[in-house]
Amino acid sequence: MNEKIRQAIGDHARLGVDLDTLSDDADLYQAGMSSHASVNVMLALEDAFDIEFPDRMLTRTVFESIASIRAALTELQPSLAG
Amino acid sequence: MSIAVEREQELLEAVGTIAREVAAVNASAVDRDSRFPIETIDALRECGALSSVIPTELGGDGISFETIAQCCLELGRHCGASAMVFAMHQIQLLSIVRHYERGSWFEQYLRDQVSEQRLIASVTSEVGTGGDMGRSIAAVIDVDADTVRFEKQAPTVSYGAYAHDLLTTLRRSETAEPGDQVMALSSQEQTELEPTGTWDVLGMRGTCSPGCVVRATFPRRQVMAATPFSRVAAESMVPISHILWSHLWLGIAEDAFDRARSFVRASAKRRPGEPIPAAQRLSHVMSELSMLRAEVESARNGFVVASAQPGREELSTMASALRFNNLKIAASEHAADICRGALDVCGIVGFKNDTPFSVGRHLRDTMSAALMIANDRIHNTNASLLLIAKEI
Repeated sequence: MNEKIRQAIGDHARLGVDLDTLSDDADLYQAGMSSHASVNVMLALEDAFDIEFPDRMLTRTVFESIASIRAALTELQPSLAG
Repeated sequence: MSIAVEREQELLEAVGTIAREVAAVNASAVDRDSRFPIETIDALRECGALSSVIPTELGGDGISFETIAQCCLELGRHCGASAMVFAMHQIQLLSIVRHYERGSWFEQYLRDQVSEQRLIASVTSEVGTGGDMGRSIAAVIDVDADTVRFEKQAPTVSYGAYAHDLLTTLRRSETAEPGDQVMALSSQEQTELEPTGTWDVLGMRGTCSPGCVVRATFPRRQVMAATPFSRVAAESMVPISHILWSHLWLGIAEDAFDRARSFVRASAKRRPGEPIPAAQRLSHVMSELSMLRAEVESARNGFVVASAQPGREELSTMASALRFNNLKIAASEHAADICRGALDVCGIVGFKNDTPFSVGRHLRDTMSAALMIANDRIHNTNASLLLIAKEI
């Protein structure tokens, strides 16, 4: 699961730093992800996991880090947790 | 009537009186000479209106957001530039009130504001960012352990020369990414404004907003480091800007409509019983005015409800960003259309600058609305958000 999340971020977040150096808890916005880029990350995640983020999840906090994205995805689809 | 309700009404009445007796009287001169509406702002300061939104626990009057919005509307009816200065001050102040940390320098600043009534301007836009308030080039630069400085190229700084304090957005540090921003508040004494242009413009001439290079050196505690600006922007600065601006644009449009209505009534009295073509045009303008009013009121009420929720979660959603972006686009377009409609009703006496039916200043002032955070730029943002937001 982490790999697919990192893939979406790597493809779309346009970070100012190397993604491999970032921990799961690192702040993606502080690492240079713009709001515009975050929309593309969300789209890529919806596609990769075949889910739809409801509006209440479309906030900055949910997409702040790999860990917070994982928590949101797990909440949407508990089967992904394993 | 409770004390709180009484205070709200007292403020509204005081600001209404200032709008009619001070702002209206000076509006033409402020516009013609492109000068700061000093009399209005001094009168607002004297009645405590520059701090009334500060909560009672910090010594303020705890005036509601609705009342502040209504004050913007009242001022807008009589002098657009005065209303814009008042609105911008409240936007800055509310951004601090809603996000300061307990025990921080900002808490004391708010307490002192009640007796000092300092006027706050902002330096949020920056040359080279393409109008994106969410990115900064200028950064907080360390001078020593307790002191920081910055230099920022600002394309416009509204009433900067008349403000006691400047609220500036900056990158958190010299190594921070453009989107990793914080707010800093520096006083006039700590700040140098070097104008890079003039302010000879079509409308909102009294806001005195030339471009400037802003340089400041000040204690580190005046940086609101604990709260990322992105959060302040989403929960407060952006929606509050759009709501308060919309209220004052509505005020300008209401006054233009009133002038058009007076014109039609005067015509009807002169030729009783004869058809008045302008009357039907006036009806069209009224339809547009009532739509604008409904949009402005519903957005304001939605914001107040969302602000009262724990954590203000709803304000961070994309649906919320879209809603307030749409308010800004709709209000800026409708207000200018209404003023244009009022001009059509009044004809040549509306076009002249010295009749009771003049609406030239109204039209010119509302034409600035589409440019303040350009509507095209907002459409661009919306287009991106629409790709992912679900409930619109």
